[in-house]
Amino acid sequence: MYLRIIAFFYFLTSAFYLSGREIIVCPSCAFTTLQGALDDADNGDIISVQKGIYYEFGIVISKSVTIRGVDGSIIDGGDQGEIITVVANNVTIEGLTIQNVGTSYVEDRAGIRVRKSRDFKIINNHLFNTFFGIYLEHSRDGEVSGNIVVGNAKEEMSSGNAIHAWYCKNILISANTVSRHRDGIYFEFVDNSLVKENVSRQNLRYGLHFMFSNNDDYFNNRFSNNGAGVAVMFSKKINMWENTFEYNWGKSSYGLLLKEIYDAEILNNVFQENTMGIFVESSTRINYKHNDFKQNGWAIKISGGCLDNNISENNFISNTFDLSVKHNSNDNLFDGNYWSAYTGYDLDKNGIGDIPYRPVKLFNYIVDKTPESMILMRSLFVDLINFSEKVSPIFTPKNVMDNRPVMTKYRKKTL
Amino acid sequence: MIRILKYSFFDLMRSRWTLVYCAFYALLTLALFTLNADISKVIITLMNVILTLVPLIALIFGVIFYYNSREFIELLLSQPIRRSEIFIGQYLGVALSLSLSLLIGVGVPFLFYGIFMSEEIFNYLTLLLVGVILSMIFAGIGFLIALKFQNKIKGFGLAIFIWLFLAVIYDGILLLLLAIFSDYPLEKLAISVSMFNPIDLSRILILLKLDVSALMGYTGAVFQKFLGSTMGMTIAIGVLFIWVLIPLLSIRQLSLKKDF
Repeated sequence: MYLRIIAFFYFLTSAFYLSGREIIVCPSCAFTTLQGALDDADNGDIISVQKGIYYEFGIVISKSVTIRGVDGSIIDGGDQGEIITVVANNVTIEGLTIQNVGTSYVEDRAGIRVRKSRDFKIINNHLFNTFFGIYLEHSRDGEVSGNIVVGNAKEEMSSGNAIHAWYCKNILISANTVSRHRDGIYFEFVDNSLVKENVSRQNLRYGLHFMFSNNDDYFNNRFSNNGAGVAVMFSKKINMWENTFEYNWGKSSYGLLLKEIYDAEILNNVFQENTMGIFVESSTRINYKHNDFKQNGWAIKISGGCLDNNISENNFISNTFDLSVKHNSNDNLFDGNYWSAYTGYDLDKNGIGDIPYRPVKLFNYIVDKTPESMILMRSLFVDLINFSEKVSPIFTPKNVMDNRPVMTKYRKKTL
Repeated sequence: MIRILKYSFFDLMRSRWTLVYCAFYALLTLALFTLNADISKVIITLMNVILTLVPLIALIFGVIFYYNSREFIELLLSQPIRRSEIFIGQYLGVALSLSLSLLIGVGVPFLFYGIFMSEEIFNYLTLLLVGVILSMIFAGIGFLIALKFQNKIKGFGLAIFIWLFLAVIYDGILLLLLAIFSDYPLEKLAISVSMFNPIDLSRILILLKLDVSALMGYTGAVFQKFLGSTMGMTIAIGVLFIWVLIPLLSIRQLSLKKDF
């Protein structure tokens, strides 16, 4: 009985503590620094950071607190080093502006680092000129949402990633806008996580980068003007749905780069005006369905070691080249796609072209061998040799073809 | 000169062949629109047609026109008019009437299908510009050939050969060169060789609009610089204008020296 009463009171007091005091930080308050407020805080407190610029760095959050900022609560690291490090569970950081971490060639400094913590929430913050924006390591069950992370990356070696996750589980990354870093969002050894509704643009290397990460999903994101939109490498079971990959231009620029990937689903995405829509290397058992490839240089380029890729019911519209393959053997399936370059007919009016479509043209082969010949694209001579090759394929793979090319393009399906 | 230009221009505009030429483009464009309402696809198809047919027809037209109006030209030569005025006036008459037929034939259907509402307006204007410039260049070359050769068979033969050479063989040779010497950096060669062929040059001008995402995939620095900026476009248009001047000046030169 006593034990129960004690337990009851303990519960009451702890509930009181969890709802927490509110500690206010402002330039003219009792606490003029976030670090000062943190030193005084207990688990469950709320720290309200009022408007003002606070020159602080090396702040360590070791208690389960909520930190809230208002518009104009700026924490400036003055290029001195990492600004906030979270080492406790249940920490929420909301509405702060964090800026000027400073570049380092020795350590991976971050605007906000979460280390070995659970149940963190990093919401609606603005991070400017932070070397690494938000750095999650050995953490799980957290959320990073609605943040705007803007860097000023000039070259890959001297820049960090906007949102960087390393050895994490069950992370939600949603509705962030990340730009001008090395990678927009970087996942290494991150499992069972979800990336959705983010915008990633103007990053030097990749908009979103997976390394050794399994069972992750990304939906409804937009990747524009990056070195390459998304790179998925050495990962298994990644679902990629309803994303937009656009304007990734350059000599090794891809909308989506797949390398050593198994069992992925690529559905309902839009690839528009990329130098290469998808570049696939050594990837197996991947479904590409209901994607739109519009006005890309190459819609899909398949390099060596790709087996059992299933490319069906996609729209290929006005791409310079629809497909390029490395080998003459075809271990991948093309079926029921719409190809705007298809010149066949449909006499039985069943909506499916009566002759197969060969997406690899002779000119593809020539451009792969001598890239300078690109300048002859769309020339009458090239059309002539393409035509004669189509009639009797010699250089281009005979069995890379779509046996059931559809005559009208698919309308957008929603999942 | 203006009077001679006017005379040959209106004479040609009344002629059946100009009307047929104009109607051909109008029908083609309309047919493309009825088959496919997508303006960008129509532009691509028309581009292929214009790059191939405009030079051929302009060449043949230039040759025919000179042979047909030989007697009239000889009559004019006996009058106190400067030679250059006669020939350049005649040439401009052909070139302008061809350009006008093309503009009307291709332009009017596009107006019906709402080109001004479309984002493709710049691609379309490039297409028209290229069509007009090609008409000017090849009508001039045709006129020059006819001026040079009295023999009609020779004239037509040469005209058709020049077309075949510039439209097909030239690219074949260039491709062969690129393939044979593929171990060497050939970007400068590829670009400069293209400068000597107005058809290639027009094609590149259109490529810069339509296929820029693929062109940017090429690694070479010279290509990147040439194709990736407005510089490529400026140079291509500039060289095309020089190409317009070359036949014009040659006609003038040849007409002054020729013994009739």
